[in-house]
Amino acid sequence: MMRLSCAIVLAWFSAVSLAAGPSKPVDSVYINLSDKASLQRGAALFVSYCVSCHSAGYMRYNRMGKDLDISDTVLKENFMFAADKPGSLMLSNMSPEDGKNWFGVAPPDLTLEARLRKPDWIYTYMRSFHVDDNTVSGWNNTLFENVAMPHVLYGLQGSQRLVGTDHDTGKPEFELVKQGSMTPQEYDEAMRDLTNFLVYLAEPVRLSRQTVGVFVIAFLIVLFIFAYLLKKEYWRDVH
Amino acid sequence: MSKLLTWVDDRFPATKVWEEHLAKYYAPKNFNFWYYFGSLAVLVLVIQILTGIFLTIHYKPDSELAFASVEYIMRDVPWGWLMRYLHSTGGSAFFIIIYLHMFRAMLYGSHRNPRELVWLIGCIIYVAMMAEAFMGYLLPWGNMSYWGAQVIISLFTAIPGIGEGLALWIRGDFVVSDATLNRFFAFHVVLIPLILIGLVFVHIVALHKVGSNNPDGIDIKKVKNENGIPVDGIPFHPYYTVKDIMGAVFFLILFSIVIFFMPEFFGIFLEKDNFTPANPLQTPEDIVPLWYFTPYYSILRANTVNFFWIDAKLWGVIFMGLAIVMFFLLPWLDRSPVKSIRYRGVQYKVWLTLFAISFVLLGYLGLKNPNHVDLFLFKNVIWAQIMTVIYFLFFLLMPFYSKADKTKPVPERVSSK
Repeated sequence: MMRLSCAIVLAWFSAVSLAAGPSKPVDSVYINLSDKASLQRGAALFVSYCVSCHSAGYMRYNRMGKDLDISDTVLKENFMFAADKPGSLMLSNMSPEDGKNWFGVAPPDLTLEARLRKPDWIYTYMRSFHVDDNTVSGWNNTLFENVAMPHVLYGLQGSQRLVGTDHDTGKPEFELVKQGSMTPQEYDEAMRDLTNFLVYLAEPVRLSRQTVGVFVIAFLIVLFIFAYLLKKEYWRDVH
Repeated sequence: MSKLLTWVDDRFPATKVWEEHLAKYYAPKNFNFWYYFGSLAVLVLVIQILTGIFLTIHYKPDSELAFASVEYIMRDVPWGWLMRYLHSTGGSAFFIIIYLHMFRAMLYGSHRNPRELVWLIGCIIYVAMMAEAFMGYLLPWGNMSYWGAQVIISLFTAIPGIGEGLALWIRGDFVVSDATLNRFFAFHVVLIPLILIGLVFVHIVALHKVGSNNPDGIDIKKVKNENGIPVDGIPFHPYYTVKDIMGAVFFLILFSIVIFFMPEFFGIFLEKDNFTPANPLQTPEDIVPLWYFTPYYSILRANTVNFFWIDAKLWGVIFMGLAIVMFFLLPWLDRSPVKSIRYRGVQYKVWLTLFAISFVLLGYLGLKNPNHVDLFLFKNVIWAQIMTVIYFLFFLLMPFYSKADKTKPVPERVSSK
């Protein structure tokens, strides 16, 4: 108990910042949730590659289907590899215990990843894997150093090697060692789709809340005009 | 209809209450912008209660289920997202409104004789609101909720002798846990709302006993017409009810902009670290409370020196407590012969401006790492120390500068705008 209080007090009076210095530079990504095709492509990537280890445990398949115009049949055939009922949560078949045993850390749930970290971070992270002989998995990531996750998408991107760091931007520079099934441009575009999808996944209602907001505010503005006129009428005799 | 009303009036003072508090409650006719915040605070209280009831229906106060139940509300419950954003934004809006409402009192001397009790009850409401917000903040069981509660409760351990026991008693466990979550839920949804509603009622009753102040700080009851009605007063209903409806709609427009277009409000109303569940093994990079507590958090962290055999942490807790106590003393610290800033001299104006700057800056610095340089020249902690000194000097020197200040003559009647 005493130790815990001390630790908390230390954490907060400590002269040393706990943050790991200035945050690393990230590439910016254009997020467009009205691009349904991009969201669908991102969803396809997500269920094919991510859900094998990561869950999106707060999200249901049929909600995704409804929001992204994917019919139940297509959903079942092409998107649901880890579940059989459209109303199921998007849970990974890998248990957190197995994940911990295999990778040293359980792969985190990704439902809210885009709200926890920023879209730019995700986009950059997915493009920053490089081969590294010093790690267990043989992969490392410049944005998230010594991450337990291997480069799952190397079949698409191929493998790249860290060459150096750009002096002006501080960003790492890579060299493609082995070409994957996609060109670098196609891979960047695919990662944009994936990031776009993760932004949607973190807050599905984002697709419609702004539209609702426009109507609500338009109504309130009209109401305000009447409220103003009413007030003016009543206050006519106050001098 | 009138027969029914007579029947009711014989048994319950319906007409009497209506007239005393609305139709024949005479409020000064010169209320300005600053006078919207009282009724807006009531509006937000109602929003919080209604949306809170809705959320309670779907929320699970259990450390295993709480986080997921919030996401369930956001995704699976029809309009749950709207109720949740109304409630989370409402919490912040409540504090913005209350801070402006309190500042209004300091501008126009609304805390002065005979309204000391109105002010004191208001201060107790403010403290109750802080307790309400603090406990509600734990309920989504995000990682920042968890660590925020952990740090704030650990402050009690600084109290010599009883500290450790007191913290244990509040948590119901040795660390923040399921037991803490359950009791905070009970306090947040039952105990403190009851206290708040009771206090707001008493606040308004006390106000209507002494009558509202106004931007001139003049007693309108001094000049009455032949019917005994203040010449500069107008009945609250319909005049101020229609005016406040207009204010309420305007507020709702701003409120809606946040709810529908920026519910996280740049990570200030909903913090990013709360999008991952509470994890007792992983501390967020910087533990900060929500923005409305950060002025006091800054004061707490500004105390970095041990002296008089008391360590810095306890000094921090003492000064943080005193910072809030100062508001309670305000009616007696102010010795000016006039109430409103309109008739005060330059000294009070300068000090009030400095105080406002210190409060805002302390709030800003509380969100930042104390060892970074976010303003200029000094590290944040040095700025927080300077601002803490100004904050306290505003209150402690008030008996002197408010008395010494050159005041202007106060008119007999209120000025129209």
